[in-house]
Amino acid sequence: MTLKELKPGWTGTVKDIVGISPARRRLIDMGITPGVKISVRKTAPFGDPCLICVRGYELSLRKKDMKQIQIEEVQKNEYRLNWKSKLRENNAF
Amino acid sequence: MNIALIGNPNCGKTTLFNSLTGSNQYVGNWPGVTVEKKVGQVKKYGVSLIDLPGIYSLSPYSMEEVIARDYILKEKPQGIINILDGTNLERNLYLTLQILELGIPVVTAVNMSDTLKLRGDHIDYDGMEAFLGIPVVPISAKKGINSDLLMEKMLYQRKHFKRPSICYPPVTQKYINLIKNKIKEDGFENFFAPKLLESDAHCLKNYTSREIRIFEEISSKYEQESRLHDRELSLADSRYQVVEQISHRFIHRNPNPSKTFAEKADEIVLNRFLAIPIFIGLLFLIFYTTFSGLGTGLQNGMEFLMETLLEQPLSGIIRSNGVPDWVHGLLIGGIFRGISSVLCFLPQILILFFCLSLLEDSGYMARAAFMMDCLLEKIGLSGKAFIPMLMGFGCTTPAVMAARTMENERDRRLTVLLTPFMSCGAKLPIYALFTGVFFQEHRGMVLFSLYFLGMLTAVLCGLFLKSTLFKTSQAPFVMELPPYRMPGLRSTFYLLWDKAKGFLIKAGTIIFSMSVVIWLMQNVSLQLHFIQDGSDSILGRIGSLLAPVLAPLGFGSQEAGIALLSGLIAKESVVSSLTVLYGGNPSLGIADHFTPMGAYSFMVFCLLYVPCVSAFSTMVRELKSKGWVLFSFCLQMVAAYGLTFLIYQSGQILIR
Repeated sequence: MTLKELKPGWTGTVKDIVGISPARRRLIDMGITPGVKISVRKTAPFGDPCLICVRGYELSLRKKDMKQIQIEEVQKNEYRLNWKSKLRENNAF
Repeated sequence: MNIALIGNPNCGKTTLFNSLTGSNQYVGNWPGVTVEKKVGQVKKYGVSLIDLPGIYSLSPYSMEEVIARDYILKEKPQGIINILDGTNLERNLYLTLQILELGIPVVTAVNMSDTLKLRGDHIDYDGMEAFLGIPVVPISAKKGINSDLLMEKMLYQRKHFKRPSICYPPVTQKYINLIKNKIKEDGFENFFAPKLLESDAHCLKNYTSREIRIFEEISSKYEQESRLHDRELSLADSRYQVVEQISHRFIHRNPNPSKTFAEKADEIVLNRFLAIPIFIGLLFLIFYTTFSGLGTGLQNGMEFLMETLLEQPLSGIIRSNGVPDWVHGLLIGGIFRGISSVLCFLPQILILFFCLSLLEDSGYMARAAFMMDCLLEKIGLSGKAFIPMLMGFGCTTPAVMAARTMENERDRRLTVLLTPFMSCGAKLPIYALFTGVFFQEHRGMVLFSLYFLGMLTAVLCGLFLKSTLFKTSQAPFVMELPPYRMPGLRSTFYLLWDKAKGFLIKAGTIIFSMSVVIWLMQNVSLQLHFIQDGSDSILGRIGSLLAPVLAPLGFGSQEAGIALLSGLIAKESVVSSLTVLYGGNPSLGIADHFTPMGAYSFMVFCLLYVPCVSAFSTMVRELKSKGWVLFSFCLQMVAAYGLTFLIYQSGQILIR
């Protein structure tokens, strides 16, 4: 699947970057290389672009460009779960 | 000695530059604010520091990357300071590896080392130093920590530099060596070999077709043998593998980070429902502070200072010395009032710049660009164009320059064409004067309508241009969202002082001379005699030539035509000219000579017509083509005349 189909709060592993340079090249230079974990954090208020987290920093990508990034091993974002469950724990006491 | 400062956008490069050189230049949080080549002197060490644009890689993808790369390869600085953002070392080190290949003495500075300590991250700087083979200095650019140590290490490194050798994964290293053996050693062979391996078009240009065939052969073998079967991907992957190795061995992040402030803030600021109201609220707050609250208060204070405290005593002194009437008229009615009418707006302009720079330094501006991208895409631009557009409300000149942060020529050009429609700060005096006389009660509404009309015109022109002259495909929108940061007050005040200085210089030179010229032209006839009746003067003649052309727009008076002409020099001059033309009291003058409808259309015309000389010459520089400059001139004139005509005439019909 592609990064475009990834829902906010989910993480995937980059498999390949398709498309032509220079757009592809820019994505690669920004650290989006095969094997790296990538997650979608948010969608902009008007639905596009998306806030992406990769290699510990955040960047904004348009859905059009997110289609170029193929991902695999998709799973729900652990970090987010942890944070929410922590909140729940705190509330319980 | 020339030392280049290089690093990713937003890593604090400009802040370090300022703290080392003490120069006052713009500091922002927007990726790539530094586009101009800036040089500063570090007097203590006898070093010229060159501030290169912020870049992510030395592959020439954007204009900034081309500027930085060309500078290093052609001018060969004696040393490089590579500044890294300590909170985001992985991506920053990717650039460092490419810089190491250049073979120029390098020192790396890890910025925000104080923040890292607070976060509980541990970085083994000595280990990194040993691994990379170059000095690694933890610094804090904002607080000025370790900047002396950095400079000393740089000077030491320059004398005792040993080429560091980075080992890439075996397959990549093997093919890099293969290429290296095929090219001549010119000091940059370590840099060019990997570029040639990935078939970098810029580098290939320097080689014969026979050589290129050999490189191609090696590259395709590399593709077959490498894991990813793609030269660009494989090479970037090899670099990131080295980076990951460094990160694994020497960077130990706090395993249980507390949710960062940026994440918490973004939950609210970028919330699906709250984002837009917050955005509009902030814009409203800025406009309110500038134009009604604090701004108006300070403006009144300034007026009091100029009129009561300065003009009256000055006028008394001049009169008591028995100078001729015309000298008194020139000094007080011409020069003093011309300048003071403009100076009164200094507080408002400074407040606007203050607010905009806070937004930018804090990192909110990038979030705004993120939110607005979807809308700007519709008129053929990207979210990045939002910054120049917003800055356009301050001053068109820096705004047009800010358009350089865009990667693609087409986007840049379109932004430059549309930015002047954002009503600049220098037009405020005009609005303030006219709304003060005609629309005292609905001042806010009228002002808002003008700003809105400017934006609407930009949108319409954007749509028109997108479907006609700018049909080619759009650039990808890849933008980093920097973490929120406390704006450094020092840099903000540097910036404000810079603006105030610029404004005062303008008042002292252009507006001063304009006031003299206009006063003389108004009081001297074609035969060069002093006259009492203004309509016979040189200016009166010019004005009466323009008047019939402007009549359908609702302000067919001599004075209006002259004021608009002087506005081509500087928009502030419109008010100072009117002041001189109406004998020192513009409010009374325009109340007599304009109808409310005419006043409104005069403001609309001022909003849309060709910007001042300084902005226009910047546009000429950025558009880089006579055709586009002419086009932009016509676009603005047609838009201004057309829309004003439409508004005035339909207004007349409605009133009837």
